[in-house]
Amino acid sequence: MAAPRKNGKQTVFFQSPPVIIAAASIVGAMEGDGPLGSYFDRVVYDTYYSEKTWEKAEQRMMLEAMRKALEKANLQEKDIDIMLAGDLLNQIITSSFTARALAVPFLGLYGACSTMCESMALGAMLIDGGFADRVLVGASSHYCTAERQYRFPIELGNQRPMTAQWTVTGAGAAVLAREGNGPVITHATIGKVVDFGQGDSQNMGAAMAPAAADTITCHLKDTARLPDYYDLIITGDLGAFGKRLAEQLVTQSGYDITERFSDCGILIYNAAQDVHAGGSGCGCSAVVICSYLINQLKAGKYKRLLVTGTGALLSPCSAQQGETVRGIGHAVVMEMR
Amino acid sequence: MPDNSLPVIKQKEQYAKMVKQSMPKARVGRNIFWAFVVGGLICLLGQFILNFYQALGLGASEAGAATSATLVFLAAFLTGLGVYDEVSRFGGAGGIVPITGFANSMVAPAMEYRAEGLVFGVGARLFAVAGPVLVWGTVTAWAAGVLYFIFR
Repeated sequence: MAAPRKNGKQTVFFQSPPVIIAAASIVGAMEGDGPLGSYFDRVVYDTYYSEKTWEKAEQRMMLEAMRKALEKANLQEKDIDIMLAGDLLNQIITSSFTARALAVPFLGLYGACSTMCESMALGAMLIDGGFADRVLVGASSHYCTAERQYRFPIELGNQRPMTAQWTVTGAGAAVLAREGNGPVITHATIGKVVDFGQGDSQNMGAAMAPAAADTITCHLKDTARLPDYYDLIITGDLGAFGKRLAEQLVTQSGYDITERFSDCGILIYNAAQDVHAGGSGCGCSAVVICSYLINQLKAGKYKRLLVTGTGALLSPCSAQQGETVRGIGHAVVMEMR
Repeated sequence: MPDNSLPVIKQKEQYAKMVKQSMPKARVGRNIFWAFVVGGLICLLGQFILNFYQALGLGASEAGAATSATLVFLAAFLTGLGVYDEVSRFGGAGGIVPITGFANSMVAPAMEYRAEGLVFGVGARLFAVAGPVLVWGTVTAWAAGVLYFIFR
């Protein structure tokens, strides 16, 4: 017997769509100064956030985002059945320290920058599958912690190529529930790891674009929908060049999304901030979803969104050993009803 | 997606072509110009410092050593203030190649890995950036020495 809620090859649909009853976001100074600055719940101007290390600062941001989301939902830690979270750091330390502080059942995720969408997809499955009533989801990244793990020390002088992206400092969290008010998650499309042989860690947009295009195409095929079903099709952090590539790839497979296609990594910074191709990191899609996008859904500006979290599965170790950068994309459909 | 009936290797080739076409042109002219200006200014500063020390009465080689030390100090200080990375971001190789760039590549990891402690942080990773330059610089110098010994 086929799985009753599977819809095509990679897509699932939810019989009683889980509701995003609350969402919160905390960002760093650059994101706060960006075009979406007014949508975030809190802007932190100190990269250390009064902590001793950047790692601790990131943990504090994620913890506060999670607590803020709970507060907005009028819930307490004990009301949460499962927490799903992930980040970019080795052994996902931000998430596990946050889970320690919240003391709720925790499943750690790693989907690189696609983690927010991954957590929302899985959270919705847990709720619609009858395994949980309320799920806390979230993801975070911090420019300084990511930079030191993946690239160079912060104060080292070097010139980044124009395709490079800027890791977003920020944490986003949302509470998904069986019942309540807010946008609902109706579908999720789980992406494949797609590798088109891109090896440049300074051009992650090109590494992720095929995965994003694959997931978007697959979603449209699985649901037999046309792009115009959605008010906006948005990817996580392809950046300016990755977005253009993804657009071309989707066009090649016969769908025209150009009119309604955007990218969180492009929205979060303005041109004057000189971040080159755009934002990236788990925090990028997390804070844009948990602030701007959900806000626009609630305000009625958009009714149906296809959000595809994009991740570059980059490891400094495998990159130095000559391996390519693999991409992945997970999509969730958010609707305001 | 690219034509799925093609073998994977062809798809990758096609995609590599697409990537190449859509990538921004590197700003080579601009970068070279500013590297020249910034590197030149650093060297000019070095010359001023050298003349200053010589005017104070130091001999040529002592004045040279004192100049290097002063430049290294300045670069380390500016790295600590978070300024030097901006110099190199703007000036590229102009900021990286002079001795000031070397100072930056030592101080930046020292600051960065302080969080992991003095032994396993600063001690173990101080040469994270400069290490390869030192190792292969030494090896190259050794090879040059051997060649000189054989062919002089």
